[in-house]
Amino acid sequence: MSQEIMRSTVVPIIYLVSTVLFIFGIKQLSKVKTARRGNALAAVGMLLAIIGALLELGTVDYRWIAGGMVLGTVIGATFAIRVQMTAMPEMVALFNGFGGIASALVAGSVYWDTVVQRAPAGTVYEALGTDEAITVMLSILIGGITFTGSLIALFKLQGKLKKGQPILLPARHYITFGLLFGSFVFGGLAVAATASDSVVWVLALAAVSLILGILLTIPIGGADMPVVVSLLNSYSGVAASMAGFVIGNPLLIIAGAMVGAAGLILTQIMCVAMNRSLLNVLVGGFGVADGAGGGGSDEYTSVTSCGPEEAAMILENAESVIIVPGYGLAVAQAQHAVRELADMLKARGTKVTYGIHPVAGRMPGHMNVLLAEADVPYEELLEMDVINSEFKNTDVVIILGANDVVNPAAMKDPSSPIAGMPILNAHEARSVFVVKRSLSPGYAGIKNELFEYDNTMMVFGDAKKVLQGLIAEVKDL
Amino acid sequence: MTLGPLLIGIYVFVLAGFVGFEMITKVPPTLHTPLMSGANAISGITVVGAVAAATTGAPTVANILGVLAIVTATINVVGGFLVTDRMLRMFGKKKKPKALKPGAESVAAQGREAVSK
Repeated sequence: MSQEIMRSTVVPIIYLVSTVLFIFGIKQLSKVKTARRGNALAAVGMLLAIIGALLELGTVDYRWIAGGMVLGTVIGATFAIRVQMTAMPEMVALFNGFGGIASALVAGSVYWDTVVQRAPAGTVYEALGTDEAITVMLSILIGGITFTGSLIALFKLQGKLKKGQPILLPARHYITFGLLFGSFVFGGLAVAATASDSVVWVLALAAVSLILGILLTIPIGGADMPVVVSLLNSYSGVAASMAGFVIGNPLLIIAGAMVGAAGLILTQIMCVAMNRSLLNVLVGGFGVADGAGGGGSDEYTSVTSCGPEEAAMILENAESVIIVPGYGLAVAQAQHAVRELADMLKARGTKVTYGIHPVAGRMPGHMNVLLAEADVPYEELLEMDVINSEFKNTDVVIILGANDVVNPAAMKDPSSPIAGMPILNAHEARSVFVVKRSLSPGYAGIKNELFEYDNTMMVFGDAKKVLQGLIAEVKDL
Repeated sequence: MTLGPLLIGIYVFVLAGFVGFEMITKVPPTLHTPLMSGANAISGITVVGAVAAATTGAPTVANILGVLAIVTATINVVGGFLVTDRMLRMFGKKKKPKALKPGAESVAAQGREAVSK
């Protein structure tokens, strides 16, 4: 078969099949039963796409390509296999950053090859074509923002960078808009400049895009990082799409646009769950006291605490128990311990369910993944809308390392920073145990009045240790 | 009406975007993280562009940028699909009659120690 037929017919058909596999893959990823197959289908689509790309190249020097792919595979697989289940959000952020920078690098490489190395007379848009010249600049801009933005999100999720608290520079909005405006100016100058003059503008654009990624992410608090990662995921899709325009490849345009749209809609879903607008999240500074700190003082006055022994005695007589997991469960790696406690209670005839807040943990579905790892039956995990009417008929609620998502201030105090955020109505239960290491505030940085309620008892300690204590006590009952 | 390559590209971009929107509107929250991760792996499709950017053996700037793009995009693709599969494997697990995981028995034992301390 001639190389010509290969390029004009075979490769486009391979790309089409790969596009269809991506669509089926994402479709199946959205149902619990088929999700794993969907992921595999998308991976097969990716493999086909890479085979197509290699066929399209024909006879070239494959050594660098092979070396790059082997290195990338080893690094990617090592990360993916070794990461703890609890650190999944961080992993998604990291991979996302790599995807973003890859698109920027592709654009940079095309630019460098066509404009700098061949050094044609005339302007950049004449050398690349106007469309390609513009999309090269957009690719660099969006890819660069995605890269540093994702890295900052990663650090914030790890609790580094001022423990994930927002970092607010003075006049940050002006700086950000100034830089964004500057990036357009640099990009425009690069497109219009002669080949030799354009290098400095392209480098300036790359530098500004990397700084923008940092500045756009640091004012946003750690609790909002899922939203940011989701949005950056959308960006990396758009960056891939722009790279598709640069090299004239519809597969990149389609796959990138689908991911871009998917990331955007997922971002929107998360914002709705927190009752906040996307703009409100992105402006940042959430959780930093603005002086009007919601009426009450931040000090706790009447907190009751107890140990595992007393808690076990109350659990003994409970007919129904709801467990509300939060990020503390993930930190303590207590998913197996909680399952064991639930099994013991169930063996005693107690009804045990789990109340999952849509933004519990650091990612939507974070708690589901974690509890699934410990073999907690899927049907015991109930979403907020389903379980909220159950709390008032429930004997005991055990809150494991969750805080803001059960703070009644969201309903009662209109001046609270989290006012209007939907919460789990844990306070309506007869008894509430809050398992927490200390009285320190959650990511929203505010006091939780639930801790002072008469029906609430604090059980201080690491979630796993407390659960182990409870398990031992319940065994002795 | 004849469409130039840029316009065809824009058509494709817009329509593919709508396909993405339609697919994501019907996903249970449980699958949001795996879905985000899987979609993220697909955005590594830029590896297809990257291989075309590293086709000479010469250590030119363009080639080095291309190889870096291949490495980073491949990390995104391989890591992304593997991590997604790891998450989904947990949902796929059937309720096996196996009593407890090997480590689980010791959880209670550790707890006993923790309490007696």
